[in-house]
Amino acid sequence: MSSPVAHPAHAAPQGFIKRYVFSQDHKVIGIQYYFLGLFSVFIGMALSLLMRFHMVNPNVTVKWFSWLWPTAAAGGIMTPELYLSLMTMHGTIMVFFVLTTVPQSGFGNYFLPLQIGAEDMAFPVLNMMSFWTTFLALVVMVAAFFVQGGAPLSGWTAYPPLSGAGRITGPGEGMGQNLWILSIAIFCGASLMGAINFIATTVDLRCKGMTLMRMPLTCWTWLVTAILGLLGFAVLLAAGVLLLLDRLAGSSFFLPSGLYISDQIITAHKGGSPLLWQHLFWFFGHPEVYIAILPGMGVTSQLLSTFSRKPIFGYKAMVYAVLAIGFLGFLVWGHHMFMSGMNPYSALAFSVLTMCIGVPSAIKTFNWIGTLWNGKIHFDTAMMFALGFVSLFVTGGVSGIFLGQPALDLYFHDTYFVVGHFHMIMGVAAIFGMFAGTFYWFPKASGRMMNETLGKIHFYCTFIGVYAIFTPMHYLGLAGNPRRYSAFTDVEYLGKLIPVHTFMTYAAYFTAAAQIIFVINLFWSMKKGARAPVNPWNATTLEWTVPSPPPFDNFAGVHPVVYHGPYEYSVPGAARDFIMQTDPPQVQSEA
Amino acid sequence: MLLAPLVWAIAVATAYFFFARTWWFPPPISQHGLAYDAQFNRTLLVVGIIFILAQFALGYVIWKFRNDGRRAGYSHGNNKLETLWTSATAILFLGLVVMGSKIWASVHFDEAPPDAMTIEVMSKQFAWNFRYPGPDGKFGHTDLKLINDSAGNPMGLDDKDPASKDDIVSASLKVPAGKPIKLILHSRDVIHNFFVRELRLKQDIVPGMEIPFHFQADQPGIYEVPCSELCGLGHFQMRTTMQVMSQAEFDQWMQQQQAQK
Amino acid sequence: MAGTLTRDILKGPPPPTDRGGDGGSGLPFGPGANRRASFTGLFVLLAASTMVFAAFTSAFVVRRGLSDDWATMPKPPILLVNTVVLLVSSFVLDQSRRALKAGDRAQFNLWWTGATALGIAFLAGQSVAWLQLKNAGIFVATNPSSSFFYVLTAAHAFHLLGGVAALVYVDVQAWRLRLGPAKRTAIDVTAIFWHFLDGLWLYLMLLFYVWG
Repeated sequence: MSSPVAHPAHAAPQGFIKRYVFSQDHKVIGIQYYFLGLFSVFIGMALSLLMRFHMVNPNVTVKWFSWLWPTAAAGGIMTPELYLSLMTMHGTIMVFFVLTTVPQSGFGNYFLPLQIGAEDMAFPVLNMMSFWTTFLALVVMVAAFFVQGGAPLSGWTAYPPLSGAGRITGPGEGMGQNLWILSIAIFCGASLMGAINFIATTVDLRCKGMTLMRMPLTCWTWLVTAILGLLGFAVLLAAGVLLLLDRLAGSSFFLPSGLYISDQIITAHKGGSPLLWQHLFWFFGHPEVYIAILPGMGVTSQLLSTFSRKPIFGYKAMVYAVLAIGFLGFLVWGHHMFMSGMNPYSALAFSVLTMCIGVPSAIKTFNWIGTLWNGKIHFDTAMMFALGFVSLFVTGGVSGIFLGQPALDLYFHDTYFVVGHFHMIMGVAAIFGMFAGTFYWFPKASGRMMNETLGKIHFYCTFIGVYAIFTPMHYLGLAGNPRRYSAFTDVEYLGKLIPVHTFMTYAAYFTAAAQIIFVINLFWSMKKGARAPVNPWNATTLEWTVPSPPPFDNFAGVHPVVYHGPYEYSVPGAARDFIMQTDPPQVQSEA
Repeated sequence: MLLAPLVWAIAVATAYFFFARTWWFPPPISQHGLAYDAQFNRTLLVVGIIFILAQFALGYVIWKFRNDGRRAGYSHGNNKLETLWTSATAILFLGLVVMGSKIWASVHFDEAPPDAMTIEVMSKQFAWNFRYPGPDGKFGHTDLKLINDSAGNPMGLDDKDPASKDDIVSASLKVPAGKPIKLILHSRDVIHNFFVRELRLKQDIVPGMEIPFHFQADQPGIYEVPCSELCGLGHFQMRTTMQVMSQAEFDQWMQQQQAQK
Repeated sequence: MAGTLTRDILKGPPPPTDRGGDGGSGLPFGPGANRRASFTGLFVLLAASTMVFAAFTSAFVVRRGLSDDWATMPKPPILLVNTVVLLVSSFVLDQSRRALKAGDRAQFNLWWTGATALGIAFLAGQSVAWLQLKNAGIFVATNPSSSFFYVLTAAHAFHLLGGVAALVYVDVQAWRLRLGPAKRTAIDVTAIFWHFLDGLWLYLMLLFYVWG
């Protein structure tokens, strides 16, 4: 562990490697995480397009499939096991390497120190290590594609015995699954390192006047997300170790006796519990989904306030809501297990708690609308994505009211209703949070503005596109379409649902293509975008007081002093329609 | 602002397909199914109203408060409003759970009625088998070592056990209408899931556990049973049927099976 | 400034000298913030470690109650020796910090080196324990009780290895007479981490001997 930042006068690093590769600068590390996430999301998206293609064309020959996968797609037709391994890796890469990295370690690393007036994160060397450990985890994960048997097929949830009994349960369940577990374990270590930094920085490195209740809501979400990650990933690490031992050392944590797989009686294992894995996994898994969404909620709060020139409605309630979501997030894991065979009385307890966690989420939604009410809304692209986030969060959230009731889950579990729900709330809403953050903070990080026209086109195409892809999944769920099916050829009632799948597939192609607009915008603007002023959005928080991009030590040796809250917009009697947090105290505000 | 009508249009389009029931549940075939549908409709009503109101409110504020030169209001919130909508949400959500708990209780807290017909379900990668105890009402002994799928002994039935003699093993589930059925769910390899849409019921099948599960089907017909927990590459093909028939037809079928042994 | 064990654990690190305003230390860039942040970082790490062992413990409890195939694992007596070694190392570590507080660098060096040596001895003793189990034919897969024994002791040893690395680092710095204020924080953080591992080991021993 490095000693924390001590010398405001310490010199910027020299040399390409120290500045851009093994950098200890939180800003560089944030960008590294961002691009790791960007790279991963394109892999994840490509995998999903392959999946969607196969679902509606299960018997169509595609020549280049057999070049990529000579065994698993011999003759150019994707085998079911290949489909399932693509599905497993899609989920895994998206959840871990996109949703857990970019919102928190990408944006958070870059902007937390700036927003609280710190020179860097508390432990810069640890920060650097956390990125490279994440990178290593990604390498190991991708390696699973290239080993014999290929990537695992047990889903991102890896339930044993399918994931625990070894290669006899299916192709990819040999070395592929081992690498998967190893990658996740490495990722857990990286997350822990990140969490230590985020928490210590927020607790101890706030500048003078930056009380906890004056922190921007983004900082609150990064803090709570770090705590969730700290405690959740610890449990996942333990679970992964036990699963690996079951696979490699012949232990029986999760494998019961009496298994007969692939014409063999399994004598090596006995007495273990598959449900034990599910409890451990979901104890991590539920906080994980809040890790994915909370930073996006923080960004949305930030943007809605900034772009409607109005304080956030109910700042305190928003903080309590974030804390409540974080706390309750640890108590609801059983709602992923209503049908699992666990004690049915506990299902009711989990259900009540799940409904409880809907309440702070609802509070946040009401407050977002309350923020917009009586505001003066500017429709920059960043704001469009924040508004889109609210719409998607509502849609994705309300389907949870069905799923949180075990009585209704008796039909909906493991159907496309669930797939639609989690993609909407976690996949799409969180992604919109990332887009919003990108458009908002790109000027600060690069010194240039992104193109608004391209931004708006991209926004509309994506907004319509994601609704077109994921809303129909709810209807498929109503009709009883099971999930994780590689094709719909064998269950008769699925036949008439195939047109819906076809529609969704085309919507997916369209939406994926629209992302090219974003990539073009991003890279073109880095080189050719209009020069950005220090504060293009007339925003109030500390990152907008420093040059674009900020100097190496953020505040150039000057310690900021904060006198105001983070959302002092349109204060009556003030000269401008915003008061920066560092403006002198004589400028009126209530905070 | 274009976004407002777009949000409204999306909300209306989404809601439309729920109203129109374009893709919908199949009709229920049991009392439980009717209760389920009632709870679903209650939830749909609440959720539908919340959804439409929230998307409408979002679209409204986007449209009404777009920048037109005037200054924005200044307010840090409204505690009364906050308390009001928080309480309303909590009451609604918790109310729904309470109402649904009876349904859950009837499925999982109550034991199967004493006169229920017991059928063993054996799930494996990637097929279903169902075993009836036959006239003696007893299931014969099984042994993993005796399993022979190709020879038609997927359950490893032990011939030497007299109780096995009248056991019937079938690849599809056949039940009499109007009678309580108790399934004992087994898996011999990985987790599977027994699901019948028309019953509005499903249950994970976990190796190492014997999970009891009861229902009563009132409407004759043939209903599909698709495996509903990822079990490997053949998961999408692991399908069988549940045929509900009159008691007379069921007895006839049982006799035929016994005669063929 | 090196505090005593009691003070640091019960009362937290010394408060910063200038609070300024309503919050925030006013000294984010000085040694005060470093020290506080290091302690925060340590406690965060301890929270994570606690969760890892909590997860293992809950798996332990569930697995033990599940099946009747749990057989008590015979524990190599050297475990008791190792426990004493670890406890003594903690005591010695605290002595070294007392010496430093009293200004006696030479004593500090000796005691700290002693603690480091004892820490290494513990790890060596653990290796012996595993060897003895292996020779007795008790492996990871032998019985759930042995599976958990290996997992828990390995996880603990993994943490202890980190602790030993920290002890060695401080030791090397001490002998090179490079123990300025920043290093004092490293000393305190290492010591608290070491005591945590002690407590964790006692907990594990309880688990093994009473329920294992």
